[in-house]
Amino acid sequence: MTSEIIIQAIVTGLMMGLIYALIAAGLSLIFGLMEIVNFAHGEHLMLSMFSSFWLWSLFGLDPLFSIPITILLLAFCGIITHYFLIRYILKAKMLIQICATFGLSIFIRSIAQLLWTPDFRNVDKPLLEGRIEIGSVFIGQPQLYASLVCLVAFFGLYWFVTKTETGLALQATAQDRHAAEILGIPSNKMFAIGWAIGLGCVGVAGGMMANYFFIFTDVGINFALFAFVAVALGGFGSIIGCLYAGIIIGLVESLGGLLIDPSFKLLYVFAIYLLVVIYKPQGLFGRY
Amino acid sequence: MDSKLAIAKSEPIWNTNNRVISILAGLIILLFALPLFGMNSFYLHLFIMIFMHAVMAQSWNVIAGFSGQISLGHGAFFGIGAYATSFFYMEYGITPWISIFFGMFVSAIFAVLIGIPMLRLSGHYFAIATLLIGISFQVVFQRWDLVGAASGLWVTMTPEDSWSALQFHSSKAPYYYVFLIFFLITFFLVWLLSRSKLGYRLRAVRDDPQAALSLCINVSNYKIIAYVISAMIMAPMGSLFAQYILIIDPDRVFNIEISIIVLLITVLGGIGNVWGPIIGAAILVPISEYSRIYLGGTGGAVDLIFYGLILMIICIFRPNGLISFIPKDILERKKQR
Repeated sequence: MTSEIIIQAIVTGLMMGLIYALIAAGLSLIFGLMEIVNFAHGEHLMLSMFSSFWLWSLFGLDPLFSIPITILLLAFCGIITHYFLIRYILKAKMLIQICATFGLSIFIRSIAQLLWTPDFRNVDKPLLEGRIEIGSVFIGQPQLYASLVCLVAFFGLYWFVTKTETGLALQATAQDRHAAEILGIPSNKMFAIGWAIGLGCVGVAGGMMANYFFIFTDVGINFALFAFVAVALGGFGSIIGCLYAGIIIGLVESLGGLLIDPSFKLLYVFAIYLLVVIYKPQGLFGRY
Repeated sequence: MDSKLAIAKSEPIWNTNNRVISILAGLIILLFALPLFGMNSFYLHLFIMIFMHAVMAQSWNVIAGFSGQISLGHGAFFGIGAYATSFFYMEYGITPWISIFFGMFVSAIFAVLIGIPMLRLSGHYFAIATLLIGISFQVVFQRWDLVGAASGLWVTMTPEDSWSALQFHSSKAPYYYVFLIFFLITFFLVWLLSRSKLGYRLRAVRDDPQAALSLCINVSNYKIIAYVISAMIMAPMGSLFAQYILIIDPDRVFNIEISIIVLLITVLGGIGNVWGPIIGAAILVPISEYSRIYLGGTGGAVDLIFYGLILMIICIFRPNGLISFIPKDILERKKQR
């Protein structure tokens, strides 16, 4: 085992980590806003990858150019989810909220399986291809650009939430929705915006990953699990925490896979989750 | 406070409506007599599946309905139970009647190990952890050579029907009775539990943890107790299922579909109610078995679309499940005077 292999694993882990961070940020935004964990997050990621795939295979649109369309589609999907499901369970018990979003995840995944069969697909010859060689470390171009775009999108999200007026209104709703309503911030509209943005993030991540990842109906499960862990690690509701947490998870995943056994990477992530829950249940940047 | 008083009043401590008791006794006798009328093996199978799913859902009901913690990976205990009996029978020739208890014991240990860190915190942590556990177990068993890795275990068949090996090849009727007896015992015990001090404390923990804490109820301990009980109900069903089909593999006994269906049956029937899982299982299991017959290979995905849809509809319109359609006074004790 040479140092090059380890550096290679670290670079790979970092690139994956930035993608996890953006997926987790969407989840965290939704949770912070209404204390609902979107258990269908992985399925939304799957939808975004499929949207990218179908735009490529039906209209010949490269995944790189179809990203705006994917983001809009996913944001629309978020608004629909809020309008038809979440709106009704806002005041329900947590038990019911978890069951409802879990039901949504089953529904989306099996409809996708019925429509598109569980085949593995991939985008053939996208614009982003090939790899860069730095010293003896290889970096896949699509992976590199995907992680950079995710990083930019992440800071865009962070800027939006902390600096713009709508973002501040979102934060106000997250802190106290009744007080915010008194001040003229319609919480229902804010929730819809939150869902649109949260799933828009997933749209960016899925659209970029469609360049190099296999696209199949169960693709979202692992990403969603990692995103759940990232949200818990970063602290429920904290957006900046997701960045650190995502990177940590990406590194643990790739280093654990290199040093021990790649088939058990879910277990390493689970181990981190256990450690977090035992020693720092509020997460790295949690507000509780 | 008013609502809790109402709950306490609406749930009689012991002397349930006589009419209900006689109906129940009649139903139980009918269930015991059913195979004598020469049912064909499909209907026996259907009833076996209903009993099994009702118990599995009851197990989930104990942790989710009574103590309010959502487990999304309950299939893990089912798989542990299945592997415990098959493995010990094949390797050491231990009769399943004993190794059922191994399965329960191992499940209980896992429940404690998972419960201690997770159940101190709010429900989201637990739900995410159980989702991870359900999938991790499948991943580990798929690669564990000792228990046959991905190809699973093929239980050696006895040449004839045997009660000691719990294998019956000529008829499904003995399985029917075994499942029926487990079903009745489980429901009786859970019914007792729901009326015991422990049951009331669990519901206190679910409804208002802080109030429960102020009454010196150790909230996290009670959640762990509920989780252990729940795991110990689930494991024997895995064991019996393994004896019933005699071939187990990780994709079948650790399937996420098991975790989904127990949740769905309970939510459909009525979460937190002892009778909810029966109603849910009696409705859902025939639907899934018949759809498997008529839709054939594509049944899996169509089933699941339907399940997801029911789950969302129930959550939106009837959070208390179908049992809330039954007028309360039927289940209640006869009105005084």
